[in-house]
Amino acid sequence: MSDLFNVSSSPHIRSKDTSSRIMQYVVLALLPTTLFGIYNFGIKAVILIAVTIASCIASEWGYEKIVHKKSTINDWSCVVTGLLLALNLPATLPWWEAVIGGFFAIVVVKMLFGGLGQNFMNPALGARCFLLIAFAADMTNFTIDSYSGATPLALMRNGESVNLMDMLIGKTAGTIGETSVIAILIGAIILILLGVIDLRIPGTYIITFVVFMLLFSGHGFDMNYIVAQLCGGGLMLGAFFMATDYVTSPITPTGRIVFGICLGIFTGLFRTFGANAEGVSFAIILSNLLVPIIEKYTVPRAFGVVKEVKKHE
Amino acid sequence: MGLMTFKGGVHPYDGKDLSKDKPVSELLPKGDLVYPLSQHIGAPATPIVAVGDTVLRGQKIAEAGGFVSSPIYASVSGKVKAIEPRRVPVGDMVNSIVIENDGQMKEAEFVKTDDVTKLSNEEIIGKIKEAGVVGMGGAGFPTHVKLSPKEPDKIEYIIANCAECEPYLTSDYRRMIEQPEKLVAGMRIVLQLFPRAKGVFGVEDNKPDCIAKLKELTKDESRMEVAELKTKYPQGGERQLIYAVTKRSINSKMLPADAGCIVDNVETLVAIYNAVALGQPLMNRIFTVTGNAVANPQNFYICIGTNYQEMLDAAGGFKGECKKMIAGGPMMGFAMFGLDVPATKTSSSLLCFTEDEVEAFAETACINCGRCVEACPELLVPSRLADYSKNGLSDVFEKWHGLECVECGSCSYVCPAKRPLAQSVKTMKKQILAAKRKK
Repeated sequence: MSDLFNVSSSPHIRSKDTSSRIMQYVVLALLPTTLFGIYNFGIKAVILIAVTIASCIASEWGYEKIVHKKSTINDWSCVVTGLLLALNLPATLPWWEAVIGGFFAIVVVKMLFGGLGQNFMNPALGARCFLLIAFAADMTNFTIDSYSGATPLALMRNGESVNLMDMLIGKTAGTIGETSVIAILIGAIILILLGVIDLRIPGTYIITFVVFMLLFSGHGFDMNYIVAQLCGGGLMLGAFFMATDYVTSPITPTGRIVFGICLGIFTGLFRTFGANAEGVSFAIILSNLLVPIIEKYTVPRAFGVVKEVKKHE
Repeated sequence: MGLMTFKGGVHPYDGKDLSKDKPVSELLPKGDLVYPLSQHIGAPATPIVAVGDTVLRGQKIAEAGGFVSSPIYASVSGKVKAIEPRRVPVGDMVNSIVIENDGQMKEAEFVKTDDVTKLSNEEIIGKIKEAGVVGMGGAGFPTHVKLSPKEPDKIEYIIANCAECEPYLTSDYRRMIEQPEKLVAGMRIVLQLFPRAKGVFGVEDNKPDCIAKLKELTKDESRMEVAELKTKYPQGGERQLIYAVTKRSINSKMLPADAGCIVDNVETLVAIYNAVALGQPLMNRIFTVTGNAVANPQNFYICIGTNYQEMLDAAGGFKGECKKMIAGGPMMGFAMFGLDVPATKTSSSLLCFTEDEVEAFAETACINCGRCVEACPELLVPSRLADYSKNGLSDVFEKWHGLECVECGSCSYVCPAKRPLAQSVKTMKKQILAAKRKK
């Protein structure tokens, strides 16, 4: 028995899908809204997107170099983080602030907690909120040549009317990637068709949000208002691309539904009663923090296991 | 009506085209035959021959070691050469009877039963027990035990497991194509034991020819029907099959009989027919040698005890460099490090691949994608169970229903991070069950 064969535990075959392939799918799905953002905001957007992604890749590579870990930049997750962060920034943001954002997303939110799979908060949104606090003025400066400086949600808050068609197409003020609902939905369809996400989280999120707004926004059954609320302020981008982030959402099927409901309630609360017209980023981050507890109470009942009746001992 | 199936599962490349159209050919062993005394679940059999004895084909060489046990028969004529520990396909050393084959195939006398319907239930079960019939799909549970449930009147379904959901395997398929009447006859005998039961042949819809044949054969049988199942792994898992056919679910603490079901594999039902009607003990089975490293993939009618090397040689040996060999299917089979092992009652195939897919992928971090959750036919959360296993958290593991795992391997198969989830879960399961037995 000189040449023995490899042994391993079953199963002995593996599917072709890999983590990096999934990340590449997400990047692909983000392309429509990225391209629209570039069309909308011009060369500034291109530079900002490139700088943010580069910052994320460099941060991950550098951090792993310093702590003597095997480089994981090949898994493409830092590219997804960088792209998502860039899409959540106004095109006018100074490039060096974006670099700091990328560093914060990767090193502070992700790597310090153990790297991919261990972070409890969406890195791109963590960094966005960090930037919102650190550079509040730059982060809310949406001045674009052809549009008014205020986002549709801010306009609505002030009682002004908004053009729904513009919001669907994306000819409004906002961050690079949040404005075009159509482009985002094309990306969402790509994600669903490729099997990357299902509708559990985005579906319950959107439904819960609509119900909340109908009940508590004070606008009643004003469909224009509800649709505008859905299309504005990064809700679509958040629902399909950031709330569905695998790492920071529950793994249990029921948990995903509960998570979506939390998101809808938080977003509604923040938008209706908060100081800010927006609220998606904070809603997602806050819900991220609830994931462990949601999972704890949504352990699926195994096949054939009947609900246990507590016995008196 | 939609096709019958279960929740979860995966769709691996099935590879059955390599061997599915190769008619079964008889393979006469040349070398020594090895009969491990433990080829079934339960107590090992006790040898009743001594070194130097001459035996006939069909002669009993080992007696059942208890109620949950099974006797073993010689499948060739020859001389007992040794009784010693030998390597078996799953890798263990098991005490075995080695018979030097004289190549003459001198048979013992088998007593046929002309009218099976005149036999009493006790006689039928006695014949099955005496013939050494065990579950031939892989588990090897003694069939006479399965057919003696506590409350026979509560059995409503006899399910023939004709799913053959493991990729690459074609032995059950060939049996259904070539001798479906034996399968139906086996079913008829089992139905005789359970007058209230209905016989269902559960076949995956990727075998339309088998479905047609079985439908044709059972069209006048009022108590039999053919269930078309969706092609999905693990459709042939006992719990999944029962659910697909009856919509009843059982857990790890229950037996199929608790849901009014008895499930038997194709080969087992044929063995029941051979035992009861022909009086033949279990000596042969159909065995597939296939995979992209096999020169000429084949289905063989083999003598139990035949050496794997002989079967590979009969299929033309290796083609290209073989990197991985598996006894059984690619999802639940056992990787082997060498071929000097005998076919047992539960051996269905030898697979040889030029690539080791497990080695080809590096393990990366879990991204919590939930694909394992979607794939798990037991509705578990494999990635969490694997974590608990690695961290030794047996109590949380049990709370998350880890013991319900059927070890089908669907989670490891779909994992994009290529984590050996099933392996981790199995390890913890073994530890917990071992600790429970100690108590």
